[in-house]
Amino acid sequence: MTTLAASPKLISKAPSGPIESRWTRHVDALKLINPTNKRKFTILVVGTGLAGASAAASLAELGYHVKTFCLQDSPRRAHSIAAQGGINAAKNYRNDGDSVWRLFYDTIKGGDFRAREANVYRLAELSVHIIDQCVAQGVPFAREYGGLLDNRSFGGAQVSRTFYARGQTGQQLLLGAYSAMMRQVEAGRVELYPRREMLDLVLIHNQARGIICRNLVTGQLEAYVGDAVVLCTGGYGNAYFLATYAKNSNATAIWRCYKRGALFADPCFTQIHPTCIPVTGDYQSKLTLMSESLRNDGRVWVPKKKGDTRPPNEIPEDERDYYLERKYPGYGNLAPRDISSRAAKAVCDERRGVGASGKAVYLDFSDTIREKGLDYIKEQYGNLFEMYQHITAEDPYRVPMRIYPAVHYTMGGLWVDYNLMSTIPGLFVLGEANFSDHGANRLGASALMQGLADGYFIIPYTIGDYLADASLPKVKPDQREFRETQAEVEAKLKRLLAIQGDKTLLEFHRELGLLLWDYVGMARNAQGLQQAIEKIRHLRQEFWQNVKIPGSNDMLNKSLEMAGRVADFLELGELMALDALQREESCGAHFREEYQTPDGEALRNDERFSHVAAWEYAGEDQPPELHKEPLVFEFVKPTVRSYK
Amino acid sequence: MTLHLRIWRQAHAQASGRFVSYTVKDLSPDMSFLEMLDVLNEELTKKGEAPVEFDSDCREGICGTCGFVIDGVAHGPRRGRTVCQLYLRDFRDGQSVTLEPFRAKAFPVIQDLVVDRSAFERIIAAGGYISVDTGSAPDANSILIPKEVAEGAFDAAACIGCGACVAACPNASASLFVSAKIAHLALLPQGQPERHRRVLKMVAQMDRENFGNCSNHGECEAVCPKNISIKQIALMRREYLTEIWKNFRAL
Ligand SMILES: Cc1cc2nc3c(=O)[nH]c(=O)nc-3n(C[C@H](O)[C@H](O)[C@H](O)COP(=O)(O)OP(=O)(O)OC[C@H]3O[C@@H](n4cnc5c(N)ncnc54)[C@H](O)[C@@H]3O)c2cc1C
Ligand code: SF4
Ligand code: FES
Repeated sequence: MTTLAASPKLISKAPSGPIESRWTRHVDALKLINPTNKRKFTILVVGTGLAGASAAASLAELGYHVKTFCLQDSPRRAHSIAAQGGINAAKNYRNDGDSVWRLFYDTIKGGDFRAREANVYRLAELSVHIIDQCVAQGVPFAREYGGLLDNRSFGGAQVSRTFYARGQTGQQLLLGAYSAMMRQVEAGRVELYPRREMLDLVLIHNQARGIICRNLVTGQLEAYVGDAVVLCTGGYGNAYFLATYAKNSNATAIWRCYKRGALFADPCFTQIHPTCIPVTGDYQSKLTLMSESLRNDGRVWVPKKKGDTRPPNEIPEDERDYYLERKYPGYGNLAPRDISSRAAKAVCDERRGVGASGKAVYLDFSDTIREKGLDYIKEQYGNLFEMYQHITAEDPYRVPMRIYPAVHYTMGGLWVDYNLMSTIPGLFVLGEANFSDHGANRLGASALMQGLADGYFIIPYTIGDYLADASLPKVKPDQREFRETQAEVEAKLKRLLAIQGDKTLLEFHRELGLLLWDYVGMARNAQGLQQAIEKIRHLRQEFWQNVKIPGSNDMLNKSLEMAGRVADFLELGELMALDALQREESCGAHFREEYQTPDGEALRNDERFSHVAAWEYAGEDQPPELHKEPLVFEFVKPTVRSYK
Repeated sequence: MTLHLRIWRQAHAQASGRFVSYTVKDLSPDMSFLEMLDVLNEELTKKGEAPVEFDSDCREGICGTCGFVIDGVAHGPRRGRTVCQLYLRDFRDGQSVTLEPFRAKAFPVIQDLVVDRSAFERIIAAGGYISVDTGSAPDANSILIPKEVAEGAFDAAACIGCGACVAACPNASASLFVSAKIAHLALLPQGQPERHRRVLKMVAQMDRENFGNCSNHGECEAVCPKNISIKQIALMRREYLTEIWKNFRAL
């Protein structure tokens, strides 16, 4: 393989040597701050999901002064609350051969060899401590009758290492992290700023020293000063409009930091989850996930015959195609997400899809109900079944669920080094907002793990190393840099309100979403991507001439909040397409139709693309500059991913 | 289908509000109730009128962001669901529906259907946690918890902090919310060391926040989207009285 030199902008700081001891040795070498001095530092943590809440709590416990910001009225409502299925940890409580190494291996392979080995190993190593921490906080994980913790399996793994709390794992983990943070609120070390939206980053001497927020109740712009900024603002999948994300999830914080100089890595790596409730109408505002854990007990199938409109119970067994079991016998219904999603699309493209739109496949529990009983299903998945019934008015205990892939997670995000610091000194990025450890495809139950590893166990160590050495002169919220940034933010808000055209935000957002879904979705090709770039540019121009935003700037105005976010999605969408265009290979969730094996699997090109693609903003309407961080595999040899 | 809406409009916290009527047509029964409001807001925006402000985020019943009163019932007509989990098939074609914000002294209205529930945060900060610094936890399986105990704690931990219980209570009491957290932690072995001070501190904070007292109406349980049972309030009372009694005897 030709060795690519890393761009001087992208010094990963990933340690070398034996993989097992990299993180320990790295920690040993990090500089420390004496406990009484920690009080003197103020850390701004933006976002209070799993990454943000765990970081805020842990940093405050160490003695730092922390301010946290979130969009919702309460930090407990962050999007992480909706995670359903579970969280991985290499505890090997099941005695089924799991280990830190195996979790590391599965994650590297699951990500199709597009993640940093050192990071992924660290993630697997820290996973075991996360479970300990959460249990101690009172997270009511599922238990066996003997009182020990229970586990289940998730896609892309042949061991059972997923810890879960009914179908509400994210809720319980977030409430744990939130409660730890609230304890620090009482202790006076964390200040909460809810209903605030970070709209820009303030740089002083090229260091992140503050943020500008809009108070979402009064509309006032507010400036906050800190010694470091920790972004935990989640993923950008809502660029596609229809997604499994909460409605407020957005890219604005990371996008505005990108425009201030933070590099954006692998923006085209977006995960499309195979098991979501299909789209029913064009009024729809979001899609709902049906947890992947369902694939433990549900079998995915479509009719063998094209255009078969018989109801599922009238289709005899030998006329059903259990296509995942057929194509991937080794993993069956637990094949990884990218592969399962593409397989669903393929059968629907062959006109074998089911339901009114033909864009759905069955997820059938009847065999399990027969074998293990209704009570088993109720206990395992009761709330998911109920949710499905609420939404579709169909009873999944009696008829198979109909599911289809939907946008669910973004592996791309701001580039960070091994210390989780972006290319802007003092700007750290955690959780889904960074480009993270999942490579080109995230395995199930690993986002919660990553967010909490970042927040509980990595940032508390690495931030000290930065603060110990950085020269951080005193700054005030009314000094020039703050005033200038604030003025720019204000001008942008006013400009948005002044357009008063005749198309609504939703219309623009839906249009962008469809463009991205069609051209930068489950299957991409050069021609489509070029078209997408043109069309998105067009749409963006139209947006700035013709959008209609009601109300004013000095009040609670959700349309204005959304307007800023949609404006950013209209820029980010183009970068996603550009990134997908330059990556002339298929890997993980990034499937370029031109690069596939004869049987339709992703065809990687390690020679040319074993790297992280990180984009640097070059100014409005200027092409961004591409930087590359080579990915070197010393411990897991990149092979063709096989789940057969 | 068509719905006739009467919606509480209030420009800001200090403004006096009033009901305004709207008719929304050409709706599909498969649409969610909030999607119907999205449609209304699109129409209002196009007409140059102010859209109806309401909070929502996950739109699948788990974040607790949404919530208002539909025809006198917090979270509307379907038991065990949040506003965002209602579908128009739960309503009749041509039905008249009244929407107003959660009303409680401790939850001031911010605008239209949006209220301020930050009092809940201060109650949790007063003691709704287990004190365990990051890094100090023992191995997860060193704490054995019988399945029934874990399930019982979960039933209480399922609270989404939406505040419907407060809105439904004639006294605007927060007892169901507070007792859910107290029960969650009091039932688990990890919660024992702070069990006593937790209940005293959380109840004291609840009393400071302008919530009323619980007088066993049971309206809270009826609207709770997570089916939190009022038996948790009984548990909280027991915990609280035991502490008060202990403190009294110690005098
Ligand atoms: C339905 C669903 C189910 C899932 N299930 C699982 C699962 O079972 N297992 C798993 O591992 N993963 C799962 N995931 C993925 C996982 O939930 C997320 O990746 C993860 O929770 C993200 O956490 P986070 O802390 O990075 O960000 P988030 O939880 O998204 O939090 C973002 C925070 O940033 C704040 N914020 C954003 N922008 C701004 C701004 N400009 N200013 C101020 N604040 C801002 C928000 O208010 C929020 O507090 C699921 C995802 C979905 C959608
Ligand atoms: S107890 Fe029920 S109604 Fe009250 S806040 Fe919790 S979930 Fe909402
Ligand atoms: S919007 Fe989350 S519970 Fe309704």
